[in-house]
Amino acid sequence: MSHHDVVVVGTGLAGLTAAVRLAEDGARVLVLAKGVGATHLSAGTIDVLGYAPERVDRPAEALGALVDARPGHPYALVGAGGVAAAVDWFKARIAAGPLAPYAYAGGVEENLLLPTAVGVARPSAVVPETMAGGDLRRDAAICIVGFRALKDFHPALAADMLTRAGVRARGVELDLVPEGRVDVNALGFARAFDAPAFRAEVKAQVVAQLGVEERAAFPAVLGIADPHGAWTELEHGLGRAVFEIPTLPPSVPGMRVHKSLHETLRRAGGRVILNAVVTGAEHRGGHVSALRIRVGLREERRGADWVVLATGGLASGGIELDSRWKARETALGLPVTGVPEPGAERFRPGYFEDHPMARAGVAVDHGLRPVDGGGERLYENVLVAGATLAGAEPWREKCGDGLSLSTGYRAAELVLAASTAAGAAAGVAGS
Amino acid sequence: MTAHDGHDVLGDLMRASLDHCVKCTICETFCPVSNVTPLFPGPKYAGPQAERFRIDDEPSPDASLDYCSGCGICTQVCPQGVHIAEINTRARAQLKATQGVRLRDRILARPTLAGRLGTPVAPIANWSLGNRLLRLAAEKTLGIHHRAPMPRFAGRTFQRWARRHSAPAAAGRRVAFFHGCGTNYYEPRLGEMTVGLLEHNGLAVEVPKQDCCGLPLQSNGLFDDARGYVHRLAARLAPYAREGVDIVATSTSCSLMLKREALEILGMSDDPDLQVVSERVFDICEYLLAMRERGELKLDFQPLPETVTYHAPCQQQGHGIGKPALDLLALIPELRTIETGASCCGVAGTYGLKREKYDIAMKVGDGLFAEIAAAAPDRAVCDSETCRWQIEHATGVRAVHPVEVLHRASGLA
Repeated sequence: MSHHDVVVVGTGLAGLTAAVRLAEDGARVLVLAKGVGATHLSAGTIDVLGYAPERVDRPAEALGALVDARPGHPYALVGAGGVAAAVDWFKARIAAGPLAPYAYAGGVEENLLLPTAVGVARPSAVVPETMAGGDLRRDAAICIVGFRALKDFHPALAADMLTRAGVRARGVELDLVPEGRVDVNALGFARAFDAPAFRAEVKAQVVAQLGVEERAAFPAVLGIADPHGAWTELEHGLGRAVFEIPTLPPSVPGMRVHKSLHETLRRAGGRVILNAVVTGAEHRGGHVSALRIRVGLREERRGADWVVLATGGLASGGIELDSRWKARETALGLPVTGVPEPGAERFRPGYFEDHPMARAGVAVDHGLRPVDGGGERLYENVLVAGATLAGAEPWREKCGDGLSLSTGYRAAELVLAASTAAGAAAGVAGS
Repeated sequence: MTAHDGHDVLGDLMRASLDHCVKCTICETFCPVSNVTPLFPGPKYAGPQAERFRIDDEPSPDASLDYCSGCGICTQVCPQGVHIAEINTRARAQLKATQGVRLRDRILARPTLAGRLGTPVAPIANWSLGNRLLRLAAEKTLGIHHRAPMPRFAGRTFQRWARRHSAPAAAGRRVAFFHGCGTNYYEPRLGEMTVGLLEHNGLAVEVPKQDCCGLPLQSNGLFDDARGYVHRLAARLAPYAREGVDIVATSTSCSLMLKREALEILGMSDDPDLQVVSERVFDICEYLLAMRERGELKLDFQPLPETVTYHAPCQQQGHGIGKPALDLLALIPELRTIETGASCCGVAGTYGLKREKYDIAMKVGDGLFAEIAAAAPDRAVCDSETCRWQIEHATGVRAVHPVEVLHRASGLA
């Protein structure tokens, strides 16, 4: 049986953050996951707090108030300071990662207002540099450039919706198709944008269509290997602010996050095993000694001093609700709190309504360790991070990225602090 | 779907997993083939989407599936647990059953046959393989690309060496070595090094008589023939498994066949021999690392002041064991190992040898070849034989199994 200092379960934003933070401090880290996490499906922005319940302009301030009003919210576990520390760390890692000098802009102090692919303003705190130019708080007309072959992005739709909201916007579509392709998704275009010839062709076709005062928006496909190069080249070539608008999945900015963190983890010596489904834990009392994983048809064990559980919530399969109303955390079988009683209302008709089921998840103590219904700690060396945690409504609050980042970061910090303390104690005992 | 009378429960579960697909497209972003050619529409489209329209015993409406290389990366990355590659491999067999399998694929799918025919006449066979005119003729008549990295016959077999090999007197725990066709006919030296390394670490190595694992047949859609090979191989290895003897393998794709694929893809989960064998098969690096964790591996490695790259083949990743070779190489003083980031070399067994797929395979491997070229290593380390041949062909860098490096560092060369 292999043994690692820390086994992280899950490879989304929370899991990767915890794994990278631990590995860069020298911990031997193994990440086990069913597959690639939700980063590929995300807009690539770190939304810290968008609504509470009114639209939030200053997330750090609003977060303080939210935590005071709702002590059961997982942000209470990290606080505004914890989120800010995690954001600073994340920005530094991306800027020093494999896509450098591609970097992030913004911070927890204020939200930008970015247009979505359907032309709706979306509050977001920390965003790729390639998106910051789309801030709708700035009053400058927008020309949205699309590609007829890209089925997942329609400039006319986005422009029409923005116009209705009082933003001067219009859409144009190019007939450019990456060489040799028939059916192209966002990634296909992003790969094309990595090549200087395609950038030049886009520039040539767009430049004459732009008004003097207009900013130029593109679907978020401006490069996957060299996004900074593609974006700056367009800004210089077009002589104006250029920005990306996130598309439907596959989301290229989300893939950049995955690529940056994954590669940073690899460079720090961390290991990842995909298609490894965790089916339980072996424990002595409150101490987990190993995880059981199913590999093909064989069950194996992976030993660990610490476990960080970041498998996601209902949408990712980290939590399941069966037809008998029994909710379970799927990897370790931890109790799930906040599930409505059998027969009671679980969901309401409107998407953005307050759904009784929404806040279901695993409850933890202040050290992110899972607790049972009576608040009793279940395991000493298991920490829970990300969407598995109970108490948040990420899609209403627009806080999912901030929660995953900050709780993943906090989990790593707690493990490192405890290991240091244990090491110091062992040192004292040994002397 | 199954060669047996019993219902293929596991196969049905594999297929039913398509209902877990949420169309997130993560598999498409990772598919090495669809990212370089429009001829394959991608794993989501060809897999969970198209499978809903396929009906047993009716011709498949879409032949693009033939361009799936079967690397299996889609299954690995799927966050919903959809067995995309398994669904596609089965659907491809269905397609071949109605379209027919061409002679070339029937030949490429039988490495044992080629090995038996080529070994006694190795000099002539190798000369033919290196002769441009003959290769062009073979491309015209058979459809094997004239530049495809075909292995060279060693002119001797590993089995013959093993029969004459006298094991050290004071050997300990028994272990059975499943070496596969590549080692037997093309790289017997790898088999000799493996035996040497295992004996150096105190194991009593036994080499059962063995034949092909059936994987090339499975990849080329010849399921019935593949089942025959698996059945016979499992029968040869099962006595060891039943006696509690572990089976180690140097070919990651062949061992994956016994561990998982024959059960999940060929529907052989009711084969009692295969059941016990699949529980006992280990990749050699997986096994050596487990020995290291149990304190059974000799750690007095000699310094190797050289640079190697390490590429984990797709089929090796299918084992779900991470990259144990990296941990083993890290035990060798002064060895600098550069782990490559690209996922696939392109060849995917016999895929990259075919005339219509050679260019695709080379394009898939582009990223990996560039990484290796940039690293300018003394050797390119890789666990799978066909990937090694592809890497050598594309980069000119000598490609070796991790065992070769460990063997030298153990002072055995």
